[in-house]
Order: sequence, then structure tokens, then C-alpha cells
Amino acid sequence: MRALLVLIGLAVALGGCDREERKLAKLPSAAPSPATGERRGDLQPGQKGSGLEQTTSSRSFDGKNAFELAQGKRLFRWYNCSGCHSMGGGGMGPALMDNRWIYGHEPDDIYRTIMEGRPNGMPSFRGRIPDAQVWQIVGYIRSISGLAPKAAAPGRNDGLAVTRPENERERATPRNAPGSG
Amino acid sequence: MQGLHDVLQPAGPAAAHIATLWWLTLAICAAVFIAILVAFLIALVRAPRADAATPPDLAPLGSAEPRTRLVVSIAVACSIVGLLLLLAGSIAADRALARMPEDDALHIQVTGHQWWWDVIYDDPQPSRRFQTANEIHIPVGRPVLLSLQSGDVIHSFWVPNLAGKKDLIPGHILTLRLQADKAGTYRGQCAEFCGLQHAFMGFEVIAESPQAFAAWSDAQREPAHAPSDPGTTRGHDLFLTGTCMMCHAIAGTPAGARAGPDLTHVASRKWLAAGAVPNDPEHLAAWIRDPGQFKPGAQMPPHAVPKDELDALVAYLETLR
Ligand code: HEC
Ligand code: HEC
Ligand SMILES: [Cu+2]
Repeated sequence: MRALLVLIGLAVALGGCDREERKLAKLPSAAPSPATGERRGDLQPGQKGSGLEQTTSSRSFDGKNAFELAQGKRLFRWYNCSGCHSMGGGGMGPALMDNRWIYGHEPDDIYRTIMEGRPNGMPSFRGRIPDAQVWQIVGYIRSISGLAPKAAAPGRNDGLAVTRPENERERATPRNAPGSG
Repeated sequence: MQGLHDVLQPAGPAAAHIATLWWLTLAICAAVFIAILVAFLIALVRAPRADAATPPDLAPLGSAEPRTRLVVSIAVACSIVGLLLLLAGSIAADRALARMPEDDALHIQVTGHQWWWDVIYDDPQPSRRFQTANEIHIPVGRPVLLSLQSGDVIHSFWVPNLAGKKDLIPGHILTLRLQADKAGTYRGQCAEFCGLQHAFMGFEVIAESPQAFAAWSDAQREPAHAPSDPGTTRGHDLFLTGTCMMCHAIAGTPAGARAGPDLTHVASRKWLAAGAVPNDPEHLAAWIRDPGQFKPGAQMPPHAVPKDELDALVAYLETLR
């Protein structure tokens, strides 16, 4: 009985391991990514132009890792997503903390939204945000409507908090608009 | 990073007050230490000699130690005087620090970020404000009023040759007064653990003559000039159409982001990345390609860019003097 308890305790403790692992940004293997999708709008931050060749397009979404989600939260502010979406409640852009998704809630859908932009005013960030960071932002966006594990979602704000921390959000059952993605 | 980094070589009044307090503390503590050693020695010399074979003397004392009361009173009096001296020294140093002159002070805002320093030179005339990073120039003999803030977690601003430590607390603005009386380069360091690259969060304070400082600040106020030849023009375009302008600002161009250090005069600085990397074209290129090789975990992403694009970027950044 005691051995069983110890085993269960160990299993629970080990489950937390990948939550805290920090995969630091590394130089990607040089292959530039082919543009995977087609631009959906002509807005983008900064001047027009092709910019630097992109880094890799290897899929590296990890929605269970606390560090990745916290980095996504930092970048959401740095790249001024909050300028249009506030801290998730929406402003000039739609709310991201509710359960309604115009273009889908799957990681690939959100990735495509950020990379290619969307016609009604969502800029395209292709070439402006390195791939690995886009996946971190995808993870964070899912956490604001409760789609990330509570154990991994950020529990605090660096700045003034105006909403409940992400790890206290109820999971909102996503409702995708028909024909999204 | 070179530069003086020594509390015991004060180069200005604030650090001098602190050094005086340190020497006073050291003297009093040394006196206490010596007094205790001497008392031990006396006890050793007075004690009766014995060897292993002698049975221990367990007989009760015939009479009390002579002059117990006198000896204890003297010891207590000495302790009180020593502590009072320390207290007085500490209060005097604190008062002196709080009353440093502020007339005609130079106002500088310093914001700590993981893991670099953002520096804004304030001016009543807004057009004369300017922003730089990781390298603080000050004129010799003029008071400097620093307002310290944090962009993320707690940091601490410490230039041992010029002043004591002051923490940078998120949500607060704290001030630190200092003044350099001797020209020189003084090394500063974040003194509160703030994450992976805390150890590489250094900076330099360069104290120079008022003329040299005026020349430097006039140069810093200039926006970046448009590039003239094809190589640097390409670098300029790459900077403005790629990732760089999402995080960095270059005055005189549309790049105005504040997530990373201001690069308007990046080539004029001696070090890159808060003292971690010497500033020359080879290191600059290596830094842009992979900041993690110098500062693992640094908040700037790696860029696997082809060599010609990297060369163009570096050529452009090298024109930002
Ligand atoms: C200029 C304002 C603006 C900025 C900046 C902006 N967005 Fe948007 N965003 C919008 C608008 C407007 C829409 C709705 C587009 C539509 O309906 O076609 C949108 C849509 C989205 C959606 C889709 C929501 C859904 O319901 O499917 C996501 C996800 C999103 N943005 C994330 C981001 C992220 C991440 C950033 C920062 C990298 C960002 N946005 C920056 C304006 C903006
Ligand atoms: C995600 C934001 C981000 C992006 C994108 C970015 N940087 Fe940085 N950069 C930073 C940060 C943060 C630092 C400070 C790092 C440190 O010292 O820990 C920095 C530091 C630097 C420095 C050293 C400056 C100094 O004075 O110490 C240079 C030069 C630089 N970046 C150039 C570039 C170039 C060129 C690009 C585009 C290829 C770029 N950066 C893209 C965030 C970014
Ligand atoms: Cu630190």
C-alpha cells in the first residue's frame, strides 16, 4: 500500500517535469521556410518589403510548457497584439478570451491567422516574428480562454493586472464560425 | 568589461561617505576582535599548566573571581560606546547621502530589463531628450539624479565607485543621487538576481569633462542619417522590413519599438548586450546570428540569415555612430 502511494506520488511529481523545462531559443537549422499559406490581407507592421529570410517552419507548438506560455504572454505585449486585442478582451480586434473563434481555435488555425493575417484588419506578421515565437504566442492565446492546462498557464502579470490570471480561467468550449480555418 | 569596480576607491562624494562608513565599521570591529583575542591570550597564560595524567580539578571555587563587577561594567561600557559609534556613523552617512546637492543636476531615467539597461537623458526641452542603452556618460563635478524603474522584475543598480546599491522595483520610481569627481570609466552591475543572464547585466558609467560630455550628448541627440551607398541601404531596408524593427528603435527611421535597446548610435558604444560582447563587426554579426551563444536565454531571437544579408545589416549598423 505504501509503495503504491509512493509510486503514485512519483508519477504525479514527474508529470510536472516538462512543465518547467526551458527550451532556450536556438539557431534553427538554416533552411528558410517556404511560405505555407497565402496572404489574407495587405496590412503588416512596418514597411512593405520581403524582409529577412524567415527562420524555420518546423512545428514547435508546446501548450503544456509554462515557460513557452509565459514567453508568449511577454511577446503578446511586445508585438503590440494588445494594442488591438487588449489583454484578450478585444478592442479594435475581436476578443480572444471568449469561446467564439472566427478563424478556428486549433493551434494551426491561430498560427495561420498570425502569419497570413485576416481580411478584416488583422495584419500579417510573416517575416516580422520568428517562427518559434509565433508558436509561443499561439500557446498563450489558447491559454486566455482556458484552452491550456491550468498547471502551465501564467499565474501572474508583470504589469498591472486587469483580468484574472490565465491559470484561473474557465475552459471555454470553443465555437468556431462555420467554414473557419 | 574593464573599468573600475571597487568600493574602496570612491570617485565621488556618495561613494566616499559609504567608504568612510566602511572604514569606521572595520576599525571598530577590528578593535573588538583584537580585544577578545587579547582576553583569550591572558586567560591562556594565567591558566595553571597540566598534562593528561593530572586529574581534573573539580573542587568548588573558594571565592568569587576578583573584581567581577568592575570587569563586566567596563566590558558593557565598551560595547555600548562601540555600538553608539557605529550608529552615529551610519546616521551621519545616511544624512550626508540624503543631502547631496541637487542644484543643476543632470536627470537620467534608467529602466532595468531582463537583461540590459535602458537609459533616457531627460531635458526640460523635450526635443533635447535622447535615449541610449547600457552606457551612461556623465560630466565630472556635476550632480546626477537617476530615477530608477524596472520593466519586468526586480533589478538593482550598482556602481560601487560612485554610489551604493538601489533596487529597481516594478511599479515604483526610486531616485539615486551621485556625482563623479574623477574622470574615468566605472563598471556597474545588476546586483539583484533577476534570471538567467543576471551575471551579464552590466553597464559602464563614463565620467568625462563637461566639454566632452556636451559633445557626446549633442552627437547622441542626432537622429540616424539615411544610408548613402548600396550596401548600407540594403542593410537599412532589411532592418526595416524584417524582425529587427519589431523590437528596436532607430531615431530618424520608422523603427520605434522599445522591447530591445535603442540602436540609434549603437556603433558608438564600447560593448554590446550589457557588457557581454565587445562591439566590433565580427561580434556584432555573431550576436545577430545567435545571441544565445553569448547570453543563453537572451530575449533577442536568433536569426539564421544568409551571409550577404548579415553583412549588409552589420554594415548598416556600423554606420550608426
Ligand atoms: C491593427 C490591429 C491588430 C493587431 C496589431 C493585431 N490584431 Fe489580431 N485581429 C485584428 C482584427 C481586426 C481581427 C479580426 C479579423 C477578421 O475578422 O477578419 C483580428 C483577428 C485575430 C485573431 C482571430 C480571432 C478569431 O476569432 O478567430 C487572432 C487569433 C489574432 N487576431 C491574434 C493576434 C495576435 C497574436 C496579434 C499580435 C501578434 C494580433 N492579433 C495583432 C486586429 C489586430
Ligand atoms: C524579440 C525582440 C527582438 C528582435 C526581433 C531583435 N532584437 Fe536585438 N535585442 C533584443 C533585446 C531584448 C536585446 C538586449 C539583449 C540583452 O542584452 O540581454 C537586443 C540586443 C541587440 C543588440 C545589442 C545592442 C546593445 O547596445 O547592447 C543589437 C546590435 C541588436 N539587438 C540588433 C538586432 C538586429 C539587427 C535585429 C534584427 C535582425 C534584432 N536585434 C532583432 C530584442 C530583439
Ligand atoms: Cu540582475
